[in-house]
Amino acid sequence: MHALRVRSSNDRLHEFGLEGWSLDLTLEQVSFAVGGESLISDVSLSLARGTMNVLLGPTLSGKTSLMRLMAGLERPSSGRILIDGKDVTGIAVRQRSVAMVYQQFVNYPTLSVYENIASPLRVARVNAAEVDKRVQEAAKLLGLIPMLQRTPLQLSGGQQQRVAIARALVKRAELVLLDEPLANLDYKLREELREELPRIFAASGAILIYATTEPTEALLLGGNTATLWEGRVTQVGPTAQVYRQPHQIAAARVFSDPPLNELAVEKRDGLVTLADSRQLPVSGFLGGLADGSYRLGFRAEHIALGAGREGGLTFQGVVKVTELTGSESFIHVDAGHGTWVCLARGVHEIVPGAAVEVHIDTRQIFVFDAAGQIAAAPSLAASA
Amino acid sequence: MNDKPVNNRAWFFVLPVLIIVLFSALLPLMTVVNYSVQDTIGQNSFFWNGAAWFRELLDPTTDLGDRFAGALQRNLVFSFIILIIEVPLGIAISLCMPRSGWKVGPTLVIMALPLLIPWNVVGTIWQIFGRIDIGLLGYFINSLGIDYNYTGDAASAWFTVVAMDVWHWTSLVALLCFAGLKAIPDAYYQAARIDGASRLSVFRNIELPKLRRVLVIAILLRFMDSFMIYTEPFVVTGGGPGNSTTFISVDLVKIALGEFDLGRAAALSLVYNIIILAVCWLFFTVTTHLDQREGRPS
Amino acid sequence: MSRITLDGIAHAYRGTAGKQDDYALKPLHHVWEQGMAYALLGPSGCGKTTLLNIISGLVTPSEGRLLFDEKDVTRLPTEKRNIAQVFQFPVIYDTMTVAENLAFPLKNRGLPRAQIEARVKEIAGILDLTPDLNRRARGLTADAKQKISLGRGLVRADVSAVLFDEPLTVIDPGLKWELRSKLKAVHRALDMLMIYVTHDQVEALTFADRVVVMKDGSVLQVGTPLDLFERPEHTFVGYFIGSPGMNLLPATITGNRARVGTLEIQLDGTYPNFIDRTAQLGIRPDHAILAAPGQGLPVQVQRVDDLGRVRLARVMLGNHPMVATVPQDMSVPVGAAGVLFEPGRLHVYIDERRVEGAAA
Repeated sequence: MHALRVRSSNDRLHEFGLEGWSLDLTLEQVSFAVGGESLISDVSLSLARGTMNVLLGPTLSGKTSLMRLMAGLERPSSGRILIDGKDVTGIAVRQRSVAMVYQQFVNYPTLSVYENIASPLRVARVNAAEVDKRVQEAAKLLGLIPMLQRTPLQLSGGQQQRVAIARALVKRAELVLLDEPLANLDYKLREELREELPRIFAASGAILIYATTEPTEALLLGGNTATLWEGRVTQVGPTAQVYRQPHQIAAARVFSDPPLNELAVEKRDGLVTLADSRQLPVSGFLGGLADGSYRLGFRAEHIALGAGREGGLTFQGVVKVTELTGSESFIHVDAGHGTWVCLARGVHEIVPGAAVEVHIDTRQIFVFDAAGQIAAAPSLAASA
Repeated sequence: MNDKPVNNRAWFFVLPVLIIVLFSALLPLMTVVNYSVQDTIGQNSFFWNGAAWFRELLDPTTDLGDRFAGALQRNLVFSFIILIIEVPLGIAISLCMPRSGWKVGPTLVIMALPLLIPWNVVGTIWQIFGRIDIGLLGYFINSLGIDYNYTGDAASAWFTVVAMDVWHWTSLVALLCFAGLKAIPDAYYQAARIDGASRLSVFRNIELPKLRRVLVIAILLRFMDSFMIYTEPFVVTGGGPGNSTTFISVDLVKIALGEFDLGRAAALSLVYNIIILAVCWLFFTVTTHLDQREGRPS
Repeated sequence: MSRITLDGIAHAYRGTAGKQDDYALKPLHHVWEQGMAYALLGPSGCGKTTLLNIISGLVTPSEGRLLFDEKDVTRLPTEKRNIAQVFQFPVIYDTMTVAENLAFPLKNRGLPRAQIEARVKEIAGILDLTPDLNRRARGLTADAKQKISLGRGLVRADVSAVLFDEPLTVIDPGLKWELRSKLKAVHRALDMLMIYVTHDQVEALTFADRVVVMKDGSVLQVGTPLDLFERPEHTFVGYFIGSPGMNLLPATITGNRARVGTLEIQLDGTYPNFIDRTAQLGIRPDHAILAAPGQGLPVQVQRVDDLGRVRLARVMLGNHPMVATVPQDMSVPVGAAGVLFEPGRLHVYIDERRVEGAAA
């Protein structure tokens, strides 16, 4: 293991291909406000080198602001940002080792693809032979070799975004920020490029930060996920863990597609009642709760329709809409507590208006208290 | 308050500009302030006069105050009139300008031409243009039977000065609005067609709201420029007939260079400057307030 | 109106086309039936937006005729066709309230006030806009604005077709669900012809009764979402529909057996010899189930993606990458495993077109 520490403000050492420097990006209680409006509140994160980190949250939840803070494009109103233990809060982005890929394909329109990819190296005064080597490497990794002499405007959207990614890659930055880079691409292109991304950056050892609004993307990218809601990080951890074990209702809602199904319950004097005065048996996961209001959350794949299922909670409902994609069927039912979405694998053609029995798998249910914190989660207890 | 990340080398680039601004603007400005609080009894000796000049300036019963009040009134009326004419006219012209195809280039060039002419040349053009003996405009109007003589008649003088400003500056409003209109996505026009909206409806409900920001800039620029106007009317009318077209700037030059009354001129300059700054600040606040209400871009 | 007919419609942006490549939209014949919901699905540049604009009247096709019922409307301007269009980003009149926005098309047609109010109320009810009727349209969220755009199209009683141009592009994933089911509900309630352009196959399959898959200006397949899923006629359709798309394995076919690399697979039908033509086997990941080693065909597991509702395994079948579904009850596989194909789900594609084998 190298004891060599590279100062983040010195890019030139990258020319010599010095690997093995360790890099941690830490945010300590960072807040950011613009014009009286708080965009980021009290965020603390610690990200290790060579990891893929996903920022998951709806639009305007602060993902872009957070990334700009990490890059050094904005200065936080309070809190510190540390790279490798060193405080970089005041250091300009030019002196940091950062590369950023945007949602809009940002390329120099008058330069060829080759020059576009080479641009950060030209700025760093890397010699021509090295430039050529690295550009060819990046172009090969992203499948751009046949297009090196064209200009970005002659390329399709997907290819333009690849050029932007190649430019970020060739810089060998310590920190690579991707702000919803695939959002403007066609569905299928998005799938393809998404699969390639971790592989493309794997060798560079950089910290990858990827912002997205889609839970499926987070699950496919793996790594760690931080869920954001209204400028706060509601949960951070390995992606699968954040998905399966949300600590807050905000994290569960953000990380569910189809949206999280919810049910409000009241526990009082040993009885559990729903909004329509129906009572539930006080046993199992509901037994250990204190009196108060709770929200039960359950994902679409944990409801089943049809008669004769054992255990769990059962409701009578009416099907409102059925959506079939071939692989999956989404059935929207109204069981008297708002519309719930049920996800079933395969093709299930249920006619709208039909009456069905809705069965919730209580082993996968989450119970959130009035403050939105997790109060009970049978799936965790089972695996504990 | 937190500053942006610091890069000290940048100051060296700014230094030459700072020196130039210092000598061409700051030092003269301090000199003017100096003059405005002093009086002289000739031979370059000055004594402290406090705010006396300012008091005299703002008191309409004194000669200076009276002249100032009159000139200020004329400036405001002038600015008001040209805004009333130039803004709607500019919008109307921009609506007629072609937005795509080969005609765009030549149209833009023609519209830009009046803006490129040096201001005293503009004045000279209109001075000759308006003459009743050899000027096309003057001769033509008189031949229609209307009494027109900008050297003798105040109304004619105003008409000439206003017409000249409209001819000179409407293009600016038109070009700004043209840029604003070009930025409107096609989908809005398509949706309006599908909704069966009339041309007037499209203007009122799509184009005008989207032009709001551009119009604020245009109005601000035109107000400031017209309020500070000097060269063009001075070349044409010299402030006359009488003092019917004597604007503040014209009067100021008369006091400072004609009568060599530095104290009064300095006071007048400063008050003039403050009025313009106040208007700018007002417009700036209004624009940023508008921006905030529409939400910041994400 | 009960139908829209495309009779030899084609479009080349440079006037008359010299060669096939100049066509943005190649000549096609199609009939759109009243009351059906259609989706035009395809990647960017496939011609779907051009086709939509020809139907709405924003583009005049360089060839062919467009008929509304029997009437030739090819050159009729947009405002005279009884259609409504919803664009990619919400198009609303900033200065008006929601109610005024919805009333706008009716006011322009000179309808009496009482009638306008009643219609606005009705449409606002269907779209869940009633609480916002008196608010300024400018301050609402993107999905509410899109609903207003849609509502403005629906208020006119004479509208017989609603065209959607990728309308959910600016909507957050969470709200997309609501808006999608709202569109379906509107379709059922108003029984109109709806044509929906998108590159997102989930949107197309969940919304439409019939999906038209397009690529490079031509129509590859038209069918119900299930048809396209279960029997894609073209390898592109197989790839484009389904997430992830169909697995395509190069093979050599003799009789009722196919050879993929060194492996032999039994086919459901018999096929003639295909010489000098590319043959591929297609099977969807949904129908390729991972199993214990020794069962089915041998594969090497490279990676398993856990999507919560399903686990997908990226495997290598010999030298060919494939995606298979991991059954719910199976523990995470590693290294060698087997893959089973569900019967009747393996398709044979020759030169990218599906070929049905003779019954064995």
